[in-house]
Parts: sequence; C-alpha cells; structure tokens
Amino acid sequence: MNNLALISKNFLVRGAILLVGLVVLATLPFYSSIFATIFLSTVFMYIVLTLSWAIFSGPTGQISLATAAFFGIGIYISATLGNHLPLLLVVLIGGLASTGMAWLVGSLTLRLKGVYFTIFTFGLLELMKYLLLWFEVSFTGTRGRFVVVVDYNTVYFIMLAIMVLTLLTAYWIRRSKFGMALQAIGQQEEAAEHIGINITLLKVSTFAISAFFIGAAGAIMATRWTYVDPYIAFNMNYSFTPVLMAIFGGLGQLGGPVLGAIIFTYLEQILITKFSYYYMLIFGIVMIISVLYLPNGLAGLTLQWRSRVMRGKYAHS
Amino acid sequence: MIVTFLDIVIAGLLLGGLYAIIAMGLSLQYGVARVLNISHGEFIMLGAITTWALRTAFGINPLLSLVLCGPAAFILGFFLHRTLFKRLMATSASPGIFEGNSMLASFGLLFVIQNLALIAWKSDIKGYSYLAIPVNLGGALFGANRLVTLGFALLIGVAFYIFLTRTRMGKGIRAAAQDPSTAGLVGVNINRVLAICFGLGAAMAASAGMLISMSYPVNTAMGMEYTIIAIIVVVLGGLGSIPGSFIGGFILGVIGSIVTYFDPGLALVAYYLIFILLLLLKPTGLMGK
Repeated sequence: MNNLALISKNFLVRGAILLVGLVVLATLPFYSSIFATIFLSTVFMYIVLTLSWAIFSGPTGQISLATAAFFGIGIYISATLGNHLPLLLVVLIGGLASTGMAWLVGSLTLRLKGVYFTIFTFGLLELMKYLLLWFEVSFTGTRGRFVVVVDYNTVYFIMLAIMVLTLLTAYWIRRSKFGMALQAIGQQEEAAEHIGINITLLKVSTFAISAFFIGAAGAIMATRWTYVDPYIAFNMNYSFTPVLMAIFGGLGQLGGPVLGAIIFTYLEQILITKFSYYYMLIFGIVMIISVLYLPNGLAGLTLQWRSRVMRGKYAHS
Repeated sequence: MIVTFLDIVIAGLLLGGLYAIIAMGLSLQYGVARVLNISHGEFIMLGAITTWALRTAFGINPLLSLVLCGPAAFILGFFLHRTLFKRLMATSASPGIFEGNSMLASFGLLFVIQNLALIAWKSDIKGYSYLAIPVNLGGALFGANRLVTLGFALLIGVAFYIFLTRTRMGKGIRAAAQDPSTAGLVGVNINRVLAICFGLGAAMAASAGMLISMSYPVNTAMGMEYTIIAIIVVVLGGLGSIPGSFIGGFILGVIGSIVTYFDPGLALVAYYLIFILLLLLKPTGLMGK
C-alpha cells in the first residue's frame, strides 16, 4: 500500500516535470534567441535519430547502420516534393517512404545473423548514395538540388513534435507486450520463437516504425540546408553518430540515448567549426572507452550509483 | 574487340591484386580474430601516407619503405589486439556480442586514426611519381608501377600461403580460424595467435597502402573506400577462407574493370549490388563452408 502510494507519487512528480519541460520547450521560440532555437532543433534531430536507432537496435542487439539511408530518403523527399506539397505532408511522406524502405530491407535481411545485417545496412547506404549520384549526373544533369526554405521557428516546432512522438513511441514500445517480446528475441532468439513470438514480423515492424521518425526528421531538416547532393544527404556520419550517442548514453533506459544525444550535440556545436578534427577524435576515443568500460552507458552509471546510495533505503524485492 | 577485352581483363587483374591483399588482411582479422575491423582502411591510409612522406622528405624508395611500414603496422595491430580486443573478448558474454562490440570499437579506432592523420597531414591530395614508365602488354600500355604492384601482391599472397600451410604458427592460425576454443584446448596459445593475426592483417593493409601510393594519389580520407571493398571481397570469397579472399579480390577487380569500361559511374554501384545479392543469396561466399 505504502509502496503503491510511493510509485504513484513518483509518477506524478515525473509527469509534472515532463509537462513543465514540454511547455517550456513549446513556447521557447517566443522569448529565446534565434541561436537557441536553431541549436535546439539540432538537438531534437539527434535525439530522434538516436532514439529511433535505440528502439530497434537496443532490445534486439542487431546494430543497424541504415540510419543515414532513411535520413537521406527524407531529405530527398523534401528536395523533390518540397515545392509542390504542403510542408506537413512532405514530412509525412518522408517518414512513410523511409518506413516502406525499412520494411522492404528488413523483410529481406533481418534473417541475416549478427554483423551480416550491419554490413548489409551499411552497404545499402552506399548503394543508395552512388545510385542516386549516377542517376542525377546521367539523367538530370546536375549533382545537387535546391530545397525549399522554411523559417527556423517552423522547423523547430515540427522537429519538437517529431521528437515528442518518438519519445512516446519509444516509451510505449518498452512498456508494451510488443517490447517485451522484442527483448526476449534479443536475449534468446530460439527460446522466443518457441514461446510463439513471430520473430520476423516483430523485428521488421519495429525496424519500419523506427525508420518513420528518421525519415520525417530528414524531410524537415533538409529545409535548413537549402542545397543538397547525394554526398550531403547520405552522409555516413548520420549512421555512426546515433550509435555512439546511444551507447555512450546507455541503452538500458529511455533517458540514456537522450542524454547521449544532448551531450554530443553540444560538443559538436562548440568544437565542429574550429576544431572539427578534434571533435571527431574525441568522438572516436569516447566510442572506444564506452564500449570498453561503460557497457550500460552514462545512464547505467547513474543507476548504479543511485542503487548504491539507496541501498539502505529499500531492500531488493 | 579481343584486344579491348584483353585490356579490360589485364586492368582488372592489376586492380584485383591490390584488392586481394587488402581483403586477405581483413580476412585474417575477421575470419580468424572475429574483429570486423572497420578501421582496416585507415591502416592502408597510414601505409600510403607514410610511404609518401618518406619519399618526399627523404627520397626513400617506396618499395624500401615496406621494410619500415610493414613491421610498424604489425606491432601496432598486435598491440591493439593485446590491449583493446583482448579485453573486449574477456568481457563479452558471447561470440556474437564480441563481434558487435569489437566492430563498434573499431569504429572508434577509425575516427581516432583518421583524425590524428588529418591533424598531422591535413586533407589535401598527395602524390609522387615512381616507375611511371609505360609498358606494352598485349597491345595496351600499362604503367610499370602498376605491374610492380601486381607482382608484389602475388608475392605477398604466395608467401603468406606458404606461411599458413607450412609453418607451425600457420597451423595454429588455421586451427584458430576453425574453432578458437578447441584450438586453445590442444595447446595453441590462442591470445597470441589472434593478436598475431590482427597484426598481420594490419601489416598487409599497410603494404597495400604502400603499393597504392605508387600508382594513385593518396589522402587522409582514402581509407573508407578500401575498407568497404575489403568487406565485399571477404564476403565474396567466403568468410574465414583466406584463399577465397585472394581469388575474390581478382574477381572483383575484373568485374570493376568491365563495368568501368561501360560506365565509370557505376563501378561502385556494381560492387554494392554484387555484395547485396551475395548476402541475400549465398552469404557463405564462393569458398565458405
């Protein structure tokens, strides 16, 4: 009884904090600087990419490097349809096109074990990049395209909405039967199959759902660049960065990837213009250290620390 | 028509020789040590740029710098496996988890090596001229440096094959490739063998870099392209099969050369298509088990 009250109280406090945070973020452009608005849109973008990656790769343990491919699809949807259709529709189509691609790729390749899947997704990114480049040069005659320009406040609000949607989806997937089944697959695939989980369907649909947000984010963020070509749109770093952010932040909790994304976006912001080599160097070093010493990431570390402090307070149940 | 065809095949073989040693190096690291080393290309870049630096600063013959680059890369690779990957191997719960973790760690290595090189050498394109004498081969002209490249690639391949089949260490490597834990049971010092494999892979990458720098311009961002080609060839030849990687390199070289003849823009696309089809239809490769 006492425990229940504690949980619901905790829940209420957390909910209130989240709500206040959301209200602050939603009204931010009205009183903050342009810089903050633009910077936060980038933070949201990375949170979306990282969380989407974590939705699929976290529980299943299959490392996807297709993030940049889905992101690029969104960008190119924006570049080709941006002038003809309303913005929200373009974002929706960007997300759906990525979902479609993820569904196709997933149903073809998710039977592949372990690193083969990783290699395949990486190959997919490069295949799309060079195929598009060849197409553009041979048929349209130019390498790049101009993207319709949207003002930064609109970008901010749409990006915020996509982020909230991604967070809600990630939360829902973790808590639902769906997410439990996904976790079971990651831990012991054969056992999961034996208790009647449709492995392929579950994996493919999760992969497709997570790709939606990546594509949508690509479609809206493309408007910030005004000009894109296949090298910009299908940049490998959009595949690597989310992996690092998620692993550094920790895959065990929902907050982990968010934390990782915030820290690294901030680092990128202060380092990339003047010391871009050093940023990427730090990036590499942190990646190695995280893999070696932080199996549960920063979030895992804080959890460990908290359980040590709290140990006297609540017994293990 | 026949002469043109012959030209294309010879050009493909010249390219294939390079691909073969690059892939053999990765095959050692992935097929035996189970590290899908995404930073493989960075060792190639290091070999290429060191050769260029030695050539331009001290006028050292590129072929001679092999004596320096090869062992240096071997030591670096050996040391990396001893520290980084050995620890990962101990902390990972299963071989599958180790494969994932070691690949992520090698991503980190890629960024570290590439950006250290960028800080040291900047990103401009570098090149030097060595043995750029045209040689008439079956009616077509090829640079002497590219023929030397092929010769060296064949030499390294054959020497390595003899090492694998005739020496005790080679036997240990083959045993470790088949089954690491059983190899450990019958007295193979598995940690040492795996570290040696990783070191040899790095040494092959650096030698390939040296050969590349003789015929092509080099820069600090060149590594990734070769890593990808190496992965494709390793999958084509069959995972863990070193002869497969050697032959696969030549096959991919010839395919690349044929596609380039029709449309240079499609060479990489063709590689990826082959790769993706291969993964879908025959993931064990040409000579895999």
